[in-house]
Amino acid sequence: MKKIDFEQLKSTPNTETLSILDETGQIVNKDLLPDLSDDELTELFKQMVWSRVLNERSTKLNRQGRLGFFAPTSGEEASQIGSNFAMTKDDFILPAYRDVPQLVQHGLPLYQAFLWSRGHVDGNKYPEAMQALPPQIIIGAQYVQTAGVALGIKKNNKKTVAYTYTGDGGTSQGDFYEGINFAGAFKSPALFFVQNNGYAISVPREKQTAAPALSQKAVAAGIPGIQVDGMDALAVYAATKAAREWAVAGNGPVLIETLTYRYGPHTLSGDDPKRYRTSAEVDDWQRKDPLIRMRKYLTDKGIWSTDQEKAWEEEVNKQIDEAIKKTESIAPQKVSDFLKNTFIDTPPTIKAEIDAYTAKESD
Amino acid sequence: MAKLSMVKAITQGLDEEIKRDEKVLVFGEDVGRNGGVFRATDGLQDENGEDRVFDTPLAESGISGLAMGLALEGFRPVPEIQFFGFVFETMDEIAGQISRTGHRMGGSRKMPITIRAPFGGGVHTPELHADSLEGLLAQTPGLRVVIPSGPYDAKGLLASSIRSDDPVVFLEHMKLYRSFKEEVPEDSYTVPLDKADVKREGKDITLVSYGYMVQESWKAADALAKEGIEAEVVDLRTISPLDEETIINSVKKTGRAVLVQEAQNQAGVMGQVASIIAEKAILSLESPIGRVSAPDTPYPFSQAEEIWLPNKNDIIEKAKEIVNY
Ligand SMILES: Cc1ncc(C[n+]2csc(CCOP(=O)(O)OP(=O)(O)O)c2C)c(N)n1
Ligand SMILES: [Mg+2]
Repeated sequence: MKKIDFEQLKSTPNTETLSILDETGQIVNKDLLPDLSDDELTELFKQMVWSRVLNERSTKLNRQGRLGFFAPTSGEEASQIGSNFAMTKDDFILPAYRDVPQLVQHGLPLYQAFLWSRGHVDGNKYPEAMQALPPQIIIGAQYVQTAGVALGIKKNNKKTVAYTYTGDGGTSQGDFYEGINFAGAFKSPALFFVQNNGYAISVPREKQTAAPALSQKAVAAGIPGIQVDGMDALAVYAATKAAREWAVAGNGPVLIETLTYRYGPHTLSGDDPKRYRTSAEVDDWQRKDPLIRMRKYLTDKGIWSTDQEKAWEEEVNKQIDEAIKKTESIAPQKVSDFLKNTFIDTPPTIKAEIDAYTAKESD
Repeated sequence: MAKLSMVKAITQGLDEEIKRDEKVLVFGEDVGRNGGVFRATDGLQDENGEDRVFDTPLAESGISGLAMGLALEGFRPVPEIQFFGFVFETMDEIAGQISRTGHRMGGSRKMPITIRAPFGGGVHTPELHADSLEGLLAQTPGLRVVIPSGPYDAKGLLASSIRSDDPVVFLEHMKLYRSFKEEVPEDSYTVPLDKADVKREGKDITLVSYGYMVQESWKAADALAKEGIEAEVVDLRTISPLDEETIINSVKKTGRAVLVQEAQNQAGVMGQVASIIAEKAILSLESPIGRVSAPDTPYPFSQAEEIWLPNKNDIIEKAKEIVNY
């Protein structure tokens, strides 16, 4: 593939997975190599390392009872960070439960992401300027909402996009089809990511659909669909960047499928991957690790070193320590506050409940 | 007789029904190889084969629609909705289609479907996993809504639900899955649908509840007994349609009632129970009916569950207020 031809992809899904940086850190597709400066390349890699460290620390914090809900992300850094890296802060993100790294890179203070994990509403009180919804729990809901945000962006004549994520399992939901179809029908600037990590909890991708590629589901909606090596940050970035330009130029939405893998369990709430996949399969994927190949590429280029990485990891760990400390200092939630946020115009029955709970809370 | 947790009793009950009737099919997200996210279907695929117990693609509307279609082909589907909070995804199939088939086809077709789903609060799940949404379906004509409060009832009610030719929504409170064990006969047995159960006898006040709140009511009754108040604990078991007779008989005996639900107060199941008492036993009442329910907000974020969910202390306090009225 020399150039991504989105017009062509509308009727014919790509038959070959887009890749730029191979497992050994070699560039295999010079034509599509993104135009990133050395600083930008190191920044992209630093975000990927940040995400890996965050995954490890979050897992530990969860085991210590200092964090709550957590859906592991390691293995998916190229897909998550590579796509998000092509966006601007003015783009609107609609993430799913596993997409906390993108949300934080998009501007959510880390301590708030931790509050969300712990089950505290303050984690979802977003800064005014932030173009985002909290992580979606209901699989597929974010896809239809993205069609709405994107149509709004179009009506407001903004030069931005709405972007959203779901998984391979999510593509089976009605909402998935409705979302891409609406965005296609309204030709609105939406980017739909399908992070295909091979499993929906325990259910393997082959059982999800008879379609040979998830990206080809775009064809039925009349929008371009492209499958990308989701362990290759440069490929994910290049595809996203081009798709974003296509969408911002008024050509309508794009669906991007990233082929990736989660090394950890589905979530830390009792999933046991040994029940549904082999350790040999995990080893195979770990050989394709997104960090290993980027590290090699940057080191060969002479713009990254082991010492730099160590220093950066220390810095990230410090940020995490500070964030979790701040999280733990936030006052507990009150039922009276929930009641106050249930309606804008509070009806008398709720007012009575607010009074009753306020009295209880001051006991 | 072995002592089983509720989740084990359900697994055993499913296994027995699969073996008893070759038309029974168990399916849903992760129910096959993984044995369900709560292991409620653990081992059932190995034991009975993939033809009988299988994973579906990820779509709740698809799952209930599949059940309806299979029922038309003569099967007895037992689909699982992974968490009842996801029922919104499939409200049309359940409340708009399956439950209305008998009505819209003049009784010429049946829908022997049992939709199982975990629900209920207190186990620190993410949003829309723990909500008590049973009231939405209790208002649906043509549908039974069954909620066991422990292992013995769970297995027997599940057998009755699966054997019933009417559709049933069978809700399993997550907090009950593993919190205690009970004697459960190894052989198959049924517990009747549409029948409430008096879990504890008492003469001073009736505590009506269902699901996990039965356990909290029971604890409250034990505490009240120490203060000389004998509470009767009525477990609805089927929340729609209601067993009016058991409710009325108990209230006639005690003259007082506190109605306990984990769901929000507004338009809840206990509103209907209160109405039955008002219509059919008001002259036996010695004080107003008391209600214990959750505040009228969406189910809270997990760190606030304890302060939001009703508990035994709320029940004790309300019961004393009603007794001393
Ligand atoms: C509507 C809905 N159905 C079911 C679930 C339960 N659930 C949570 S994650 C998941 C699997 C999702 O798989 P996939 O879309 O591949 O995303 P991944 O978790 O692999 O990133 C399921 C079934 C849910 N959260 N929402
Ligand atoms: Mg997946």
